[in-house]
Amino acid sequence: MLVRYLRLLWIQLRASALLAAQYRSDFFIDGVIAIFWATTALIPLLVVFRDRQHLAGWTFGEALLVSGWFVLLNGVLDGAINPGLQAVVDHIRKGTLDFILLKPADAQFLVSVSRFEVWRVTTLALAGGILGYAFHQIGHGPSFFGLASAALLLAAATVLLYSLWILTVSAAFYVVKVDNLTYLFSSIFDAARWPSSVFRGALRFVFTFVVPLALMTTYPAEALLGKLEGTTLVYSVLGAAAFAFFARRVWLRSIGRYTSASS
Amino acid sequence: MSVRGTLRAAPTLLRVGFAEAIAYRAEMFVWVLSTTMPFVMLALWTSVARDQPVLAPGGARFGSADFIAYFLVTFVVRQLTASWAAWEMNYEVRTGTLATKLLRPLNPIVGYAAENLSALPMRFTVIVPVVVAAGFVTGAAPFPVDPVLWLAFCAAVVGGWLLTFLANIAIGCLALFIQSSIKVMDVYLVLFFVFSGYLFPIQLFPPWLRGVVDWLPFRYQIGLPVELAVSMHDRAAAFSLLAREGVLVVALAVLVAVLWKRGLRRFQAYGG
Repeated sequence: MLVRYLRLLWIQLRASALLAAQYRSDFFIDGVIAIFWATTALIPLLVVFRDRQHLAGWTFGEALLVSGWFVLLNGVLDGAINPGLQAVVDHIRKGTLDFILLKPADAQFLVSVSRFEVWRVTTLALAGGILGYAFHQIGHGPSFFGLASAALLLAAATVLLYSLWILTVSAAFYVVKVDNLTYLFSSIFDAARWPSSVFRGALRFVFTFVVPLALMTTYPAEALLGKLEGTTLVYSVLGAAAFAFFARRVWLRSIGRYTSASS
Repeated sequence: MSVRGTLRAAPTLLRVGFAEAIAYRAEMFVWVLSTTMPFVMLALWTSVARDQPVLAPGGARFGSADFIAYFLVTFVVRQLTASWAAWEMNYEVRTGTLATKLLRPLNPIVGYAAENLSALPMRFTVIVPVVVAAGFVTGAAPFPVDPVLWLAFCAAVVGGWLLTFLANIAIGCLALFIQSSIKVMDVYLVLFFVFSGYLFPIQLFPPWLRGVVDWLPFRYQIGLPVELAVSMHDRAAAFSLLAREGVLVVALAVLVAVLWKRGLRRFQAYGG
């Protein structure tokens, strides 16, 4: 069972890689756009730190760490998660989701791995650069334990992003014309470029529990700095698992409501 | 495609657009949710300004109250000046449905404009609560008393919409040359978000960037109307900025005319 799904994943990855190799010029365009985007993502940060040393308890280097992590996750989002979302939305609108539902494998798995943008690894390299520069600013590198817990949080954050994505797609079953959904997704995610302690009151609650942006970028940065408490780490991983479970239930319910369009 | 014919068709086009806006109200709601960035920025900048006001390079000071007024108005202006014609055109070029629109005795661009404008009444259902809330939170203090400045604000909003719409059509026309201009649109959006004053007042840019920003269209799409509404400019400054906005509108209109005329010659209505 597991072997079969791993093989399916491998086949889809290879198909995406072949497709990417076919449109090589896209590589350059996407690369340039990615560099450009990452640079502009840093402008607000530079503006904030122009006349001060601290922002809600974060120095420039530390806040840069959060931004670097944001760029990294954005690469994951654009490379592995958003293309699939776009594909499902198209399927639902045209009614071709039927063909996927008929295949002898789990539909959620099939739509999730349907498309990867392999070229997005450029964004990951950029994120690495930003993180490196941030540590240069701070003056010392992360500890081994910090790196390990940050890696664990990266996995948790990916699971979270993916679950949010499944929830968004589930919404697509109810409102059919949803070109906007990807923009909604990325515009909410955009708040993750700031350390979560910047936000107070209702927004802080939303960004910690409803759309857990804090877990995605702030906690990993704190882990790298060695400031994250062990309990927060445990709760984050448990929270991500619970979120994934909830998203799976919602997906199963929504797919039950799917009435093939236009066919 | 006479002017009179277009004018006669306008009420019907607006009615159809309004009916569409109601039919796709869920979609509009999703769109409104994706434009809530000003509220996030409001939270961010008020927290930045909590201990000490932010000092702009030009000498202006931004306190918490200034940021609250600025970003609430930003949200409203974004709703008023929205346009999505570039995606619409990309879709119609790709599927070939633009061909049927071209057969009508009416320029499709007028159709896109009517569609964008007729969604405004639905938008007011979101705008009015925010305006009322803004009034309660900030009081009347940040807003100008001079009626001329309010007129300037209205002119700036109209200009801002024209700029946004024309930029959308220009990028949409690119689809006639390169099949899909969605990527160009993504680049445009990134520039728009950073340089329009949507994420922070453009007064906060370092001086060397300010000069560039003042001559880019983005700052007139959101920044100028908002700045006028929170009384950052006196009459003289308002008029000179409005004049620049006018120049940019004319320049973009000429660009659109050229792109549209040349692009149509290449249009083959594949898939339609």
